[in-house]
Amino acid sequence: MSVLVLAEHDNASIKPATLNAVAAASKVGGPVEVLVAGQGCAAAAEAASKISGVAKVLVADAAEYAHGLPENLALLLVELARSRTHVMAAATSTGKNVMPRVAALLDVAQVSEIVEVVSADTFIRPIYAGNALATVQSKDAIKVITVRATGFDPVPATGGSAAIEAVAAKGDAGLSQFKGQELSKSERPELTSARIVISGGRGMQSGDNFKLLESVADKLGAAVGASRAAVDAGFVPNDYQVGQTGKIVAPDLYLAVGISGAIQHLAGMKDSKVIVAINKDEEAPIFQVADYGLVADLFKAVPELDAELAKGR
Amino acid sequence: MQHGVYTNLPSLKTVHGHQMKVLVAVKRVVDYNVKVRVKADKTGVETANVKMSMNPFDEIGVEEAIRLKEAGKATEVVAVSLGVAQTQETIRTALAMGADRGIHVLTDVELQPLAVAKLLKAVVEKEQPKLVILGKQAIDDDCNQTGQMLAALLGWSQGTFASKIVPDGDNLTVTREVDGGLETVVLKLPAIVTTDLRLNEPRYASLPNIMKAKKKPIDQLTPDALGVDASPRLVTVKVDEPPKRKSGVKVGSVAELIEKLRTEAKVIP
Ligand SMILES: Cc1cc2nc3c(=O)[nH]c(=O)nc-3n(C[C@H](O)[C@H](O)[C@H](O)COP(=O)(O)OP(=O)(O)OC[C@H]3O[C@@H](n4cnc5c(N)ncnc54)[C@H](O)[C@@H]3O)c2cc1C
Ligand SMILES: Nc1ncnc2c1ncn2[C@@H]1O[C@H](COP(=O)(O)O)[C@@H](O)[C@H]1O
Repeated sequence: MSVLVLAEHDNASIKPATLNAVAAASKVGGPVEVLVAGQGCAAAAEAASKISGVAKVLVADAAEYAHGLPENLALLLVELARSRTHVMAAATSTGKNVMPRVAALLDVAQVSEIVEVVSADTFIRPIYAGNALATVQSKDAIKVITVRATGFDPVPATGGSAAIEAVAAKGDAGLSQFKGQELSKSERPELTSARIVISGGRGMQSGDNFKLLESVADKLGAAVGASRAAVDAGFVPNDYQVGQTGKIVAPDLYLAVGISGAIQHLAGMKDSKVIVAINKDEEAPIFQVADYGLVADLFKAVPELDAELAKGR
Repeated sequence: MQHGVYTNLPSLKTVHGHQMKVLVAVKRVVDYNVKVRVKADKTGVETANVKMSMNPFDEIGVEEAIRLKEAGKATEVVAVSLGVAQTQETIRTALAMGADRGIHVLTDVELQPLAVAKLLKAVVEKEQPKLVILGKQAIDDDCNQTGQMLAALLGWSQGTFASKIVPDGDNLTVTREVDGGLETVVLKLPAIVTTDLRLNEPRYASLPNIMKAKKKPIDQLTPDALGVDASPRLVTVKVDEPPKRKSGVKVGSVAELIEKLRTEAKVIP
């Protein structure tokens, strides 16, 4: 058994989801290696070498990996995969983009968003918006896998001292070019790794009203999320979306405000430890998964919540 | 309306100097409103007597292809679906929305993304489209793989999770929904695009168009005829129901809520 994990990073530091992916990789058995592919990514490689349980860090530092273009990254991963039994990545937008490409080039299946490692070839993954859990066995020689972060407790980011080894870059495939990005900036914790998440839905009525949630979030050190309806309506950017086809979160506390609780939304948050729902409709399906439900007008309840939290105890 | 666009084609070709045929993959899935049930024998989920529809992301794909044609950027829209006989209905839906013709790859075998990608590759080699649009994710298997796999097998560029696409000569500019926000890439055509929710709002087929769609041609093929081994690679050992959440309580006030979160759940200080 030998497992390679593709690190998610910004050249300077390692993104938290990598730690969950390494945790999943450790369950397979055998040494875990981490690949840091980027441009000017020495600091990220250094950080990766400290991740607990990592045996070796491979670094591919070249212009063609600057923006994680899958056409380029796949060529590198395919080559490294051939001498290994498993290649894994967190099920982030980067991981989901490149891993199926790697699998197809290797002529193997890809196993998406596993939440459990049963054995080296058998994994559990949600299907149908999490309404069923499939246990699947791969017969392929190389297993290509994406890992749902919420299924695995992260390994510690420090404590390790893996060797760092440079690997040769594979050149530019010449198929695509990075043109630009518009990243949402926030001082708040990242949605997928926050301990508390407060999300708003169509009931918020406007983007401006999300300030009500932000104020609460700031008092709780929480991240702000949203339902698809709130994103579609333009209240908040797309990267706020929690759900089957958005981000999957499982914080200690999830507050759903003005969200009805469609299965597609539940798929993204129903593994949260404690769920609170604030909704004026007592029949809203969100109450079926909420540990604490408050039937109230959010425009009254949220400012009240905010004021109470401001008071402290 | 479609005929009007069609007869304009020769002049469009001369204006743009190239043709863009668009292939759209459409999958028949359990409708998104259905809450599926796991079968008692744990072999899968109950799909008998359950409403089936086109995968919502594929509706977005069909809509985008039709808009490209309406804008004079695409010459023909071909809807492709793979699967059992009833899959034809999904192709008819695409035709009623405005696709020109359909291709049905008929098989009863359980199709996994790698097999679908191989079959679509064979179709692409026959049809020679410049652009293939797929959904980012089928809402039944939730795999999110097929488009990327097809791009790999063809050696093409890929623009996944697209919220905007703009063709320009030999290139396609794609805005992608990524974890941190939005990203823009320029792809060399031919290319694969997978749709995200914000790409467009799909139209409903009008009754006259539904009638017209009945006359549009659907070619039928098989994996054998395409020379593709479509057998599954992953074995489903079992399918379980997820653990149920314990039912919670209603609280009467914000004060009570905060009290519970502090002392009972202990999730806030
Ligand atoms: C292919 C596909 C993928 C999807 N993926 C996702 C996904 O990833 N994530 C996701 O969230 N959805 C997703 N959806 C959409 C999903 O089906 C629902 O449409 C969506 O979650 C509804 O959002 P909502 O709860 O904010 O809006 P609504 O269902 O309109 O609910 C609004 C709620 O706000 C309450 N409300 C209104 N005003 C107030 C007030 N003043 N005070 C208190 N409560 C109030 C109402 O009672 C209502 O319950 C997807 C759908 C499809 C087809
Ligand atoms: N049987 C099929 N027939 C047609 N298209 C398919 C089929 N299976 C998958 N696809 C396409 O691939 C996309 C992604 O599917 P998946 O990788 O299974 O999540 C879908 O949205 C469809 O566009």
